[in-house]
Amino acid sequence: MDVIIKEKNSNKISRILIYLVLSIFAIYFLLPVFVMIITSLKDINEIKNGNILSMPQHFTIQPWIDAWQNARIGASAHGIKPYFINSIMITVPAVLISSIIGSFNGYVFAKWKFKGSDLFFAFLLFGCFIPFQVILLPMSQTLGKLGLSQSVFGLIFVHIVYGISFTSLFFRNFYVSIPTELINAAKIDGAGFFRIFFKILLPVSLPIFMVCIIWQMTQIWNDFLFGVTFSDVSTQPVTVALNNLVNSTSSVKRYNIDMAAALIAVAPTLIAYIVSGKYFVKGLMAGAVK
Amino acid sequence: MMKSKLKYLENSIPKFVVTPTFLIMIIFVYGFIMWNFVLSLTNSKLLPMYNFVGFKQYIELFGSSKWWLALENLFIFSSLFIASCIAIGLLLAIFIDQKIRFEGVFRTIYLYPMALSFIATGTIWQWMLNPGLGLQKFVVEMGFKNFTFDWLVDTKMAIYTIVIAAVWQSTGFVMILLLAGLRGINGEVINAAKIDGASMPKIYWKIIIPQLRPVFFSSIIILLHIAIKTFDLVVVMTKGGPGYSTILPSIFMYQYSFSRNKLAYGASSAMIMLLFVMIFVVPYLYNELRKR
Repeated sequence: MDVIIKEKNSNKISRILIYLVLSIFAIYFLLPVFVMIITSLKDINEIKNGNILSMPQHFTIQPWIDAWQNARIGASAHGIKPYFINSIMITVPAVLISSIIGSFNGYVFAKWKFKGSDLFFAFLLFGCFIPFQVILLPMSQTLGKLGLSQSVFGLIFVHIVYGISFTSLFFRNFYVSIPTELINAAKIDGAGFFRIFFKILLPVSLPIFMVCIIWQMTQIWNDFLFGVTFSDVSTQPVTVALNNLVNSTSSVKRYNIDMAAALIAVAPTLIAYIVSGKYFVKGLMAGAVK
Repeated sequence: MMKSKLKYLENSIPKFVVTPTFLIMIIFVYGFIMWNFVLSLTNSKLLPMYNFVGFKQYIELFGSSKWWLALENLFIFSSLFIASCIAIGLLLAIFIDQKIRFEGVFRTIYLYPMALSFIATGTIWQWMLNPGLGLQKFVVEMGFKNFTFDWLVDTKMAIYTIVIAAVWQSTGFVMILLLAGLRGINGEVINAAKIDGASMPKIYWKIIIPQLRPVFFSSIIILLHIAIKTFDLVVVMTKGGPGYSTILPSIFMYQYSFSRNKLAYGASSAMIMLLFVMIFVVPYLYNELRKR
């Protein structure tokens, strides 16, 4: 009897401890963004006189308005809006095209293997791992020759080229799990390559398309290296503009605007994560178990 | 005759479909790597020139104290980054696996930094760690008058601020991987050990954690890969400074290739980065693919 009560008590204590530790880490992960949000709602005097954890005394959304359309980034003072639009123009086509190419590749690698296709797949996978520094110089030469340097098209192109490895991997691993009997039966009925794809595989592919699209969107929206190398002031993505804003040396630092701009810049991927975290996690896992 | 030709066409559709990808890989991955290698053997400055000088750039590279500093920083950064992510990630994964309430909420909170860009993460931490208005000021105002936390502007300590931000961003990822690993472990062995009277910490240490070895292995590969590619975070937090104190190979490569007009030199540093990645990725990939 005593033993059971004792065990129950020690169990209770360890439960409390577990929740305590988990909560402390939850605070650790949430605090920086919390600080960001409250900073973005203060005016600059309040920031200078208060501290980073003090709540805003006079709520203002002016920093958000300034960050969106008035802040000076480089030579122009139109806020982060034009760069946000650039990022949309780059991300949407690059995500869609790389996902579509990946779905066909994955289909072939999973269900229409040919001599050498496994080897090809291995070589394709290697593309997931290369440090992009090693292709920056040749790519900037090539984009220049093609007349695509510093253009939105150039960036779309680059993101598609270096996204295919991942998207093909996602789709291959998903299609491998679909029973081959189903496909063989359709083949006997006379269905061909495309018919089988559109009639049998595509209808069940929504989850993997979600995974792939969210992964690619996060990668491309958050890209900085390609953005900073292959764009100019008129085609910069939002990450590059944010860095220019935060690290501008010209004017007085306005931290509230920096924070509002950073929150705007992360909004699309953060919302995608909150709305469809399940697919985000699946993408991470699939990308990890290469 | 006609039929066999059709059959042949039908059979080549799959090859036809992957041909564009094949060409893209040949040109933009393997071809470009070769091209970059060729560039690294030249004496190109602002523009590519094909006046070959052998391995001169590499010799100069490994004679440069700045490059060695970049390598040293990469070593410090990646070892601390990997060790911290795995330690904290493991702790969180084990605790979350105790059939707790609000599991989904905790998981969501731990993982959300993965959705942010390194530029945004760097912006946040630069603000938190800035000695003038950030955490230092907060603690001083709480009454600890002599408290200083100015790592961001301290040449000896700045690299650790990059570690702090990177760990914050990536720990949730390791937690998710390890959690999936934990849930894949057969419960019967654990129950048997419990019946034998083994304590929970002992069960974790002796039975569960050793079984997670493959997950640790993939986590290390992925984190190491992230570490070698780390660029944005340093650019936004310290720009490689103060001085050159937070320079990494990625920053080194970018500076020499694009702002210091030593293109061939930059290309040679990129080749070394690729070499680092290949040393651990190729055996890993080989192993993974052989398992199938």
